[in-house]
Amino acid sequence: MADSGVTDGAVGKDGIQQAKIEGKELTKEEKQRLRKEKKQQKKNKEKNDENASKESEEKPVSAAAPTPTQPSQKAPSAVPAPASLPVPASEPQPAKSKADMKAERRARQESERASKKKGDAGQPAATGKAKAAPSELQPVVKRLPEHVQVDNPEVLKKLAKKLEKQQTPGCNAAAHFEIPLRLDYGHKVSLFSHLHQYSRRAPLTQQIGIPSTVIHPAIVRLGLQYSQGIVAGSNARSVALLHAFKQVIRDYTTPPNEELSRDLVNKLKPYISFLNQCRPLSASMGNAIKYIKKEISNIPSQYREEEAKSKLLICIERYIDENIILAAKAIAKSSIEKISDGDVILVYGCSSLVNHILCEAFEKKRKFRVIVVDSRPRLEGREALRRLVQRGISCTYVLISAVSYILPEVSKVFLGAHALLANGYVMSRVGTSQIALVAKAFNVPVLVCCETYKFCERVQTDSFVSNELDDPDDLIVTRKGRTQLEHWQEVPSLGLLNLVYDVTPPDFVDLVITDLGMIPCTSVPVVLRVKNMDQ
Amino acid sequence: MELQAVLMAAGGGSRMTDLTYNTPKPMLPVGNKPLMWYPLNLLERVGFEEVIVITTKEVQKMMSTDPKMKPDVKMKLDVVCIQEDGDMGTADALRHIHSKIKTDVLVVSCDLITDVALHEVVDLFRAHNATLAMLMRKAHEFTETIPGQKGKKKTAEQRDFVGVDESGERLLFMANEADLEDGLSIRKSIMRKHPRMHIKTGLVDAHLYCLKKEVLDFLADNKSISSIRGELVPYLVRKQFSKTINCPNIKDDADDQNLKTKDGSTNQELLISSRDEPLLQLAQERSCWNDHRGDMSAAYHGGKLRCYVHIMDEGLCYRVNTLAAYIDTNRLAPKLFEEPAVHSTAVISERCQMGSDSIIGAMCQVADKTSIKRSTIGNSTTIKEKVKVTNSIIMHGVTIEEGCNIQGSVICSNAVIGRGADLKHCLVGNGQRIEPEAERTNEVIVGTDQLMEI
Repeated sequence: MADSGVTDGAVGKDGIQQAKIEGKELTKEEKQRLRKEKKQQKKNKEKNDENASKESEEKPVSAAAPTPTQPSQKAPSAVPAPASLPVPASEPQPAKSKADMKAERRARQESERASKKKGDAGQPAATGKAKAAPSELQPVVKRLPEHVQVDNPEVLKKLAKKLEKQQTPGCNAAAHFEIPLRLDYGHKVSLFSHLHQYSRRAPLTQQIGIPSTVIHPAIVRLGLQYSQGIVAGSNARSVALLHAFKQVIRDYTTPPNEELSRDLVNKLKPYISFLNQCRPLSASMGNAIKYIKKEISNIPSQYREEEAKSKLLICIERYIDENIILAAKAIAKSSIEKISDGDVILVYGCSSLVNHILCEAFEKKRKFRVIVVDSRPRLEGREALRRLVQRGISCTYVLISAVSYILPEVSKVFLGAHALLANGYVMSRVGTSQIALVAKAFNVPVLVCCETYKFCERVQTDSFVSNELDDPDDLIVTRKGRTQLEHWQEVPSLGLLNLVYDVTPPDFVDLVITDLGMIPCTSVPVVLRVKNMDQ
Repeated sequence: MELQAVLMAAGGGSRMTDLTYNTPKPMLPVGNKPLMWYPLNLLERVGFEEVIVITTKEVQKMMSTDPKMKPDVKMKLDVVCIQEDGDMGTADALRHIHSKIKTDVLVVSCDLITDVALHEVVDLFRAHNATLAMLMRKAHEFTETIPGQKGKKKTAEQRDFVGVDESGERLLFMANEADLEDGLSIRKSIMRKHPRMHIKTGLVDAHLYCLKKEVLDFLADNKSISSIRGELVPYLVRKQFSKTINCPNIKDDADDQNLKTKDGSTNQELLISSRDEPLLQLAQERSCWNDHRGDMSAAYHGGKLRCYVHIMDEGLCYRVNTLAAYIDTNRLAPKLFEEPAVHSTAVISERCQMGSDSIIGAMCQVADKTSIKRSTIGNSTTIKEKVKVTNSIIMHGVTIEEGCNIQGSVICSNAVIGRGADLKHCLVGNGQRIEPEAERTNEVIVGTDQLMEI
């Protein structure tokens, strides 16, 4: 992952630094110059180390560019920070200017302060914060997204302010509407304390008025359906989102002196933060929103309002058609080639795409049987089981704890995906990586089916950094009239963790079936690049 | 706009005629506020800005003169007057204002006093795209003795049988005892779809309904339905499981729409669909959620008409339509708002003993050596010395002379209680005079002209 941030204390040698970062070839002269500078910096650094200790007391440390970032910890971190920041060993040191030295001193002071603040050890070490790395490196400005900094009170305050500022345009100045902040619920497991955890019994609608005039009622309805789980599943959520946007666009009227292309985008922003508060947006929803915003901003200004609106509605219809309906057909066609007679196919949870494929294969008279693997607390496999059995496919149902028992019978594993990340990792329902792991151990081929609109430019190598925490009360079950976990909140050392997603490394996935064809997992960045070029 | 609020304030109060003889029910004072202030306050707190109030001319006049209504209620009230002859049912009233309704509607009755979190009912309406959402609560037992009641309590009024599914939210069955001749019969199709049903009888219907706009269009065409609670709600609940809705013969029936057949009503219900129906269908198909499990059908069994109910476990929910309810709510009213129990303009002498659960209205005059416990005193009331008022409700403009002893009674407006009178569990009507040194127990004292009314 390239360091996109330009370091503070930019100097004249910036050009070379940039070039180096972009990995272009340097000429011989530049290389020589850099080598000389390196030697100089080493000498200066030795001098600085002596002065630093004196000046650290005097120099006030300003809250510098890396604002909401957490102070790095030299203290043993809970999670070893994977160096996702590739630190090319040969990175040379540009000449040390005053600003550079200041920045280094600041970095050192922050690390010292952090080691004092051991009481805050609840914060997991921020990944990508290679400040613990030797201070020869320029301190890199790396911003963590806000949604993974829930335990930082400054970030929360900022988020609250941002929600406040998102007034919907067109309401009179007196009515200052803010999207309420949904409060976290219950004790969070410390590894995941940087994520939000909401309770289903405290919906966001408690805090907005009835009738909702400021947020369009279709969006309120959608948010409720998301938070209660009535609309669940990546495809379903995107379709429902686009449906709601269609209604919003239909009911929209351009205020005077405004342009539709700009005003409508501004109008959508508070809706999107509202939906985000109800349930964190999925990757597919994010891509759909990007597409809509692009389409809206590309509306030529000479269009009348009616024309513009109908054009947008047609765009939305086309997006759904191309990316969801036709993509499903194409994927089904490719997958059916991979299903042969006599196959035993293992599926996990309820993926709309995998169900569609299996039903299509069954219609094409392939003879196979299905093993549905399910897991608590969602037990989505039951829904998949119902849909397959309704078509007449013979199914077996097991829980995930029995997967290594049932795998010797299986010939193929079909998995659905929530998103495909840019480094080839598959983000899917929690438990998927287990299935892939066990399948790999048994040498069973694992095929992931995913439409291209779910490809996402994020990169993750573990499930901790960015995930979603569901309502912990879902884990409570009543058996024989007794509910053991009823008062879990009163036990201080007990935390209930209800994860929603996990990431599967590309080594466990043999093939990804997309609407562009069957590709290996590592070709995802290529597809993304091709898509970006198209647009 | 999402919801329009409609307040039904034209009811006659047929079950407490003694009280409503002079004062129409919506203006009866409860805790020194008119009865209809409570649902209006609920709507205002939740965020409504406009309410359509359906009422009679008399009430409208009283509303404009009442000092309480104007400053407290900041919403815009659109008052629609209807005739007072009492022929109009609640559904007829809705039909009357059909032209004003542009979106889904929230109907509230004027005699509802509750502190429910309204979003619970409306969330059911929104999330499941329901046709009807209503509110119910387990009935309270009324503990206070009712003035004028002779002998033991009357037999219980006709019960309502309400059937809900396992989750306690979906309404499956609703019938009144009066309509069931032989016994309770439940269709097999309902049992097949919802094998576990809870039937409850002790529920009080709060008369708070969220209705879809299509229902009002349906009402406009079907003039035979006149009461929401009595006819419309059971009809909708039954229609959930009707075969015609799930049949794809929609187009054929649409032709019959113009014919005035008895079953012409069914056509309207079938039109409960929104634009972009295929998109909604697609989203539902792709979603891995089902509201039930154990059988082969999709979510909601493929039905488009859904009725939901929110049953409150705790909290207040009263319908003030009987004398007992009226007395009980007066006791509890002070808990609902934070105004000081004693109004600022009341003149209370220092040697008066006042319990903390009593309410004194504006411009009252309470003299020395009086004792007021668990009572509500209305506006502009004069209470002279040595009066003991316990457990009573005293409305506006009453004069109580010295030495009276009033227990468990209801004294209506402008009455005069003579010196030394002793009233226990009495109901004194409007403008009556009780002679001095009278001793009345368990009586209803009303004027002769009121007695002539039936």
